[in-house]
Amino acid sequence: MQLKSQVDYFGRALLEKGTANPDIVVLDADVSASTKTSYFQESYPERFIEVGISEQDMIGIAAGLSLSGKIPVAAAFATFIVGRAWEQVANTVARQSLNVKIVGTHSGLTPSADGESHQSIADIAVTRVLPNMVVEVPADAAAAGWATRELLDRKGPVYLRLGRGSFPMIYPDDIELEVGRAETLLDGDDVTIVSTGSMVHVALSAAETLMEEGLSSRVLDMHTIKPLDCDALEKAASETGCIVTVEEHSVIGGLGGAVTEAVSERKPVPISRVGIKDRFGQSSRNYQALLERYGLTPEAVAGAARKVVESK
Amino acid sequence: MEDLRGHARVLKELKLIDYGESPQFKGVELTELGKFITNLTIEDEPILAGEMVQTRSGAKPLGQLLKDLRRQVLHMIANAGSGHLGASLSIVDILAILYFMKMQHDPINPDWEERDRLVLSKGHAAPALYAVLSEAGYFPKEELTTLRELGGRLHGHPDTVTPGVDAKTGSLGQGLSMAVGMAYAAKLDKASHRVYVVIGDGELHEGQVWEAAMTAAHYGLDNIVTIIDRNKYQLTGTTEEVKGVEPIADKWRAFGWNVLNVNGHDHFAVLDALEVCEHTHGKPSVIIAATTKGKGVSFMEGNKFSRSVPNAAQLKQALEELDRR
Ligand SMILES: Cc1ncc(C[n+]2csc(CCOP(=O)(O)OP(=O)(O)O)c2C)c(N)n1
Repeated sequence: MQLKSQVDYFGRALLEKGTANPDIVVLDADVSASTKTSYFQESYPERFIEVGISEQDMIGIAAGLSLSGKIPVAAAFATFIVGRAWEQVANTVARQSLNVKIVGTHSGLTPSADGESHQSIADIAVTRVLPNMVVEVPADAAAAGWATRELLDRKGPVYLRLGRGSFPMIYPDDIELEVGRAETLLDGDDVTIVSTGSMVHVALSAAETLMEEGLSSRVLDMHTIKPLDCDALEKAASETGCIVTVEEHSVIGGLGGAVTEAVSERKPVPISRVGIKDRFGQSSRNYQALLERYGLTPEAVAGAARKVVESK
Repeated sequence: MEDLRGHARVLKELKLIDYGESPQFKGVELTELGKFITNLTIEDEPILAGEMVQTRSGAKPLGQLLKDLRRQVLHMIANAGSGHLGASLSIVDILAILYFMKMQHDPINPDWEERDRLVLSKGHAAPALYAVLSEAGYFPKEELTTLRELGGRLHGHPDTVTPGVDAKTGSLGQGLSMAVGMAYAAKLDKASHRVYVVIGDGELHEGQVWEAAMTAAHYGLDNIVTIIDRNKYQLTGTTEEVKGVEPIADKWRAFGWNVLNVNGHDHFAVLDALEVCEHTHGKPSVIIAATTKGKGVSFMEGNKFSRSVPNAAQLKQALEELDRR
């Protein structure tokens, strides 16, 4: 599979939308070369606000722009933009349901060498808990491009979670998904693997392994964590009888938490959550090695699937 | 030549050369002669270069130690394949002076309660801190090759798993608040140790820095010294382009701090300023240290090696330049 960068696709989609819509204003906090808002800045410097290393201020400014009819897109590293500035996101943006687009790059363990201070294990949890927020976690670069275009066409606060580096391409460049609707990438009836973001391709390769063993898996790309596609989950629970969730995020409060909440109310079945197990990240020169250390591999997902199938 | 150098030194010792209060970096260019004379006064023969300091491998002249530290920082980052080289090189002198000439600390007993504390609030300069801690004897020099390695103790940003690291940092703007807590605790305990904080100039953008600055002054925490690494750059460009931070001195003074301006590569001046801080009572002190990002290797100065990692040829060239100095 081809590897492509999510932030590159985000940056290009942002430039494209910004060209078409003069109300779009972009903000960054001294990391534009990493988030790729630099593409927009080069073409539209007057609509680009460099706030410096002031993430909280940036969210407040975005709110003000939105209150004045602009469409602000604020980008920075995930852990700083919704972690550092969480209360601004909650109390200023979400509470007023403002049309602010918040983009967190370098999510999960993707800034592997920088270590735990730069990794974000809780950004999905802290954004999905907020009323009015939409939370989008695209699986590859194409989906990141789609999500960027889509969220700029819609009103309301959004958190878009992107990874650093390149990921295998799952979708064609011009993919169109539907917000709030899980994408079924593979159908099966023994187990459902619900995955999001960087872990979708891991789920797919786990399904391949399981297939060779005679276990048929349904693979869902839950690219929208909020609103969650509860219908697809209920259907999966009924038809496959058990679920594995996979995410590059804490299993507490993230996709695993969200799926467990929904399934336990609609159609309780055994669930196994693969993700970061209530611990912070750590430094690793090699991103793959870190994923292995944290059990975010096709083997680990396949192992969880075998177990959960047995407990049906 | 000798005369010129001699005169420069005398002028400096008599404090007739002043680095000014609030240097305006934008647009100021030294003439060739100006640069030449400035170099003579600060660099060619630093006053303290011959001063012997204790390291894990015995006594060494400060000048030699600084070269060794810079060499290690270069090796560490080249070896790890990532890291903030420019930001690390800019604070080597400051950290070395603190750990080898000023702070009360004990590498054999890193948790000694009465030790002076250091919070590296600009945590991305961790390689400089690791090099210093290792030279001081906190952990073996061989461990420096493990920077950013999975399962190692030398994480990308300071971590308390490393012997000698007093606080985890990496998210900019949070260090001074922790220092306020440490300094307050020292006051409660009637302990005499001091708390040093090193912060970046771009880091001054974070609002929390100013919240903490106000708190420290309110409680008269004269056991805190904040050192601002005024290297004029941040990730995206110069601080004055990205979001101007000047006049830094006036801001801190208005917040109730004792403010000192020094050249951060002038060891004598830094040590002198630290001494002044010790004798300042009733308010916290801040030293605005004018530094050069990438200091020590001419082609790394400025923002070129802010994030990029030297390749083998660049590493070799850099090490050779350090040797020649
Ligand atoms: C809260 C936060 N936001 C963003 C970053 C990413 N970041 C790392 S270094 C840096 C620039 C720091 O500039 P400065 O304080 O001037 O230090 P210098 O590297 O120039 O020494 C940024 C924005 C961070 N580490 N923490």
